[in-house]
Amino acid sequence: MSDLALALRQVRYENRSFWRNPPSAFFTFAFPLLFMFVFNTLFGEGAAGFFTPAIIVFAVVTATFTNLAMTVTISRDQGILKRVRGTPLPTWAYLAGRIGHAVLVTALLVVIVAAFGALLYGVDVPWGAVPAILVVLVVAAAAFSALGLALAGVMPNADAAPAVVNALVLPILFISNVFIDMSDAPDWLDTVSHVFPVRHFADAMLELYRSSGVAAVPWLEVGVIALWGVIGVVLALRFFSWEPRR
Amino acid sequence: MPAVEVRGLQKSYGSVHAVRGIDLRVEPGEVFALLGPNGAGKTTTVEILEGHRTRDGGEATVLGHDPGRNDRALRERVGIVLQQTGVDEYLTVREVVEMVAGYYPRPRDVDEVIELAGLREQRDRRIRQLSGGQKRRVDLAVALAGDPELLFLDEPTTGFDPSARRQAWETVKGLTALGKTIVLTTHFMDEAQALADRLAIIAEGRIIATGTAAELIGASSHATMISFSLDDGAAPPDELGIRPSGAGWELETDEPTAVLHRLTGWAVGAGIELRHLEVSRRSLEDVYLQLTAEAGAVE
Repeated sequence: MSDLALALRQVRYENRSFWRNPPSAFFTFAFPLLFMFVFNTLFGEGAAGFFTPAIIVFAVVTATFTNLAMTVTISRDQGILKRVRGTPLPTWAYLAGRIGHAVLVTALLVVIVAAFGALLYGVDVPWGAVPAILVVLVVAAAAFSALGLALAGVMPNADAAPAVVNALVLPILFISNVFIDMSDAPDWLDTVSHVFPVRHFADAMLELYRSSGVAAVPWLEVGVIALWGVIGVVLALRFFSWEPRR
Repeated sequence: MPAVEVRGLQKSYGSVHAVRGIDLRVEPGEVFALLGPNGAGKTTTVEILEGHRTRDGGEATVLGHDPGRNDRALRERVGIVLQQTGVDEYLTVREVVEMVAGYYPRPRDVDEVIELAGLREQRDRRIRQLSGGQKRRVDLAVALAGDPELLFLDEPTTGFDPSARRQAWETVKGLTALGKTIVLTTHFMDEAQALADRLAIIAEGRIIATGTAAELIGASSHATMISFSLDDGAAPPDELGIRPSGAGWELETDEPTAVLHRLTGWAVGAGIELRHLEVSRRSLEDVYLQLTAEAGAVE
């Protein structure tokens, strides 16, 4: 079997395992939809135009960064990674399997959130912007996956993972035009939020979702996200560990 | 060419010298046991040979490869049962073995592997539904999936009940019949004695004795132990080096025939019964305890 076939095969096994834990699978998909429902209800008429792309951003970050940082740390502490390390499976093929599955879930979530927005809240899918949106989504999914693996690398242990991941992700989501519109935020906080990739991802998605006709790829935002992705890859390569930490 | 050859192996964790110059040689088709107390350096040694750890010093060759380079060609020929590992809990036994078998160029038949590991009845169960002992069998099945020439078993039966341990021994013996080379670590003497062609006793990061079980027992002085008890008030003769032990008496000797003759002659002559008379060869356990205690005393 070629290494690429091995990587695809890993995605299939990851996928099979994922669907065999129905409560976990259900809440993975229900989580962003619940947020969408709550925000649209709280902020009323017209909010959906903001929250549909915003919740897509939230779903991508959760399904890649949060998911990988937690599950890879757990796998490491259970000794699953160490076992893989002792087999001939190339390490990249194993990690590609994990990332591939995360991206599959992400894609499904994006479609569901977009459909939810269109059917329940009348937020039309901006078809002309779809090619540009796909570019943004692919770069973002790759970058946040790499950052998730990097965080798993420095995570002290599996018990700490939920606390650490949430403490990083939630504040950044709050200042990044995802949960709250940042147009009234103080300048300094607006500046701070631009350091992080989530803000650029959210701004790009909001912009593209509001565009009419064919939209260009927002290369500046994509560039910042990609730069963070490169940082993620470098940190992951430097700190990734196959051994359980106790 | 030996399956495993190690010379002057060293490994430290910070200021702790876990392995302090180990030499080993394991021949193809042999079952070799590394025996030692917890913290002696057994696991560190095998994890270096498995490629999980890098050595600080010395030479190591596994099937002609340097294990420190983590070559894929080497990993294709080696099976590893680690002390603590996990597998995806939501997959079935058969799926896990099939998944791992796919990593190897010439895997063993999946159902045959499951049979060998004694998991036929559990083959379609998910890992999370298995007992602890069954999960340990999955570890073995996963290690066998690629039909390796060399197997590392790190404390394969720790935590097993006695009957599960016997079953596991039968499995390992079955593997030797297939011509596999096996390196196992254990802190159970009976396990080493039952399975290993040769063994090395390791303590404080050094090998303190090596050979077959019979050689190790024979090499130690006073290989036979005689023990008995007497009715209240009676005392044994002063000669023969008899010493009190618990409620009775015992002595060690290299000449059991002559010593027994004199002891029983004395008892018959004095009209005394030697109650609970027992003549036993020193076990590997006695040798092990003596050697590891000596090694500890030197430190």
